[in-house]
Amino acid sequence: MIRLRPFLFAALMLLSGHAAAEKFTIAAAADLKFAMDEIIAHYRQDHPADTPRVIYGSSGKFHTQIQRNAPYDLYFSADIAYPRLLEQAGFAAAPVRPYALGRIVLWSATMDASRMSLASLADPAIRRVAIANPRHAPYGKRAEEALRATGQWDKVEPKLVYGENIAHTAQFVQTGNAQVGIIALALALNPALSRQGGYWLIPDSLHEPLEQGFIVTARARNNAAAHRFADYMDSAAARAVMVKYGFVLPGEAGK
Amino acid sequence: MMLSPGDWQALVLTLQLAGIVTLILFVLGTPIAWWLARTQSKWKAPVGAVAALPLVLPPSVLGFYLLLMMGPNGWVGALTQWLGIGLLPFTFWGLVVASVFYSLPFMVQPLQSAFESLGERTLEAAATLRASPLDRFYSVAAPIALPGFITAGILTFAHTVGEFGVVLMIGGNIPGETRVASVQIFDHVEALQYGEAHKLSAVLLVFSFLVLLALYIWRPKALRL
Repeated sequence: MIRLRPFLFAALMLLSGHAAAEKFTIAAAADLKFAMDEIIAHYRQDHPADTPRVIYGSSGKFHTQIQRNAPYDLYFSADIAYPRLLEQAGFAAAPVRPYALGRIVLWSATMDASRMSLASLADPAIRRVAIANPRHAPYGKRAEEALRATGQWDKVEPKLVYGENIAHTAQFVQTGNAQVGIIALALALNPALSRQGGYWLIPDSLHEPLEQGFIVTARARNNAAAHRFADYMDSAAARAVMVKYGFVLPGEAGK
Repeated sequence: MMLSPGDWQALVLTLQLAGIVTLILFVLGTPIAWWLARTQSKWKAPVGAVAALPLVLPPSVLGFYLLLMMGPNGWVGALTQWLGIGLLPFTFWGLVVASVFYSLPFMVQPLQSAFESLGERTLEAAATLRASPLDRFYSVAAPIALPGFITAGILTFAHTVGEFGVVLMIGGNIPGETRVASVQIFDHVEALQYGEAHKLSAVLLVFSFLVLLALYIWRPKALRL
């Protein structure tokens, strides 16, 4: 028993530490992978007591999981429709906040995509084109819209391979297994990817706006840190990071 | 219960994949299992461990390596391009190659235990009757080990039907080519179409249960690897 005591004490300290620290979990759409990491780094400098952790994945999957009471305190979706549905169903602690407009680009790790356009995808040298799955991934839906708007869909569809989310799609292109992909501008601007190849910005007149929104979930109603982070998204530091990754911020005109 | 054409396509594709993989593994797995069952070599343990790896390895590890290896910068990718086959990711045959690795232990392990239980004496008796090694295998060992072959075939087939992670990583989700039933269900769930997901899931659940039930009734100890 005597031997156990320091162990128990340590365990208690650990448990109480858990209760005292301001912890919260962010579920973020895969297009935020690099931007959110940077915003969190800034946030932790300003709020050293808070410990956010972040999970990246597909917006649709997070939406389903939150309906099943997944332990996420904030939910950043690539499509504002999902958090709106959750708000209507009573899963939000505060109204949906739009945080950005996403843009899509043609990107390649093996070819110079900056000289391409959607019409280039018909080129027989391009055998595989990766897009996110339009059935459930917001970036995939916009990619399909742009291909249809330019009359390229029928020519490109036989070459399409579908990623589960936009990061998965970028990975198909990065490994060279697909020559070209339609991915998020935010990912193409990340140093790891921008080092490999150029991108071509797909005009936003070709697709519906990719309006992105987030909520503080119902379970985080009393989590002060989660609300603090929600407000932090309006800070100059967070906005600068978002702009750096090519997001158009709410209230600012698109380029 | 009505399945949509897309669901049927995914089911047929899944059965094709599982059938082809099972046939290939009969050819590849039998000599491996035979060797593992009879060898005294110091390589028995390492080879056995490698053959059992897919049992414990996360599908993401297998999928990740295969995606890199079979891609344009990998050695398998370089080989297939040199042979004029093109690249294997996002193709049906890419899934076949991945599934052969993924399901290998389900073929090798039941066969190995079947061969081990043959005993030396039967084969020695056949040898004294001047049966060649090949003849000993086909006329003596194979018929006795037949239940082992059936068990291995069923398990390999069923396990390939249940494959998901590797397919997701290297398949690219192409209808009629790499969109198998498990991936189709995943898409239904992601698209919030739970009704569709329920139908196809029920088909797979009933199928898997019936396969295992038949196996257990026929051979109660079949799954004790």
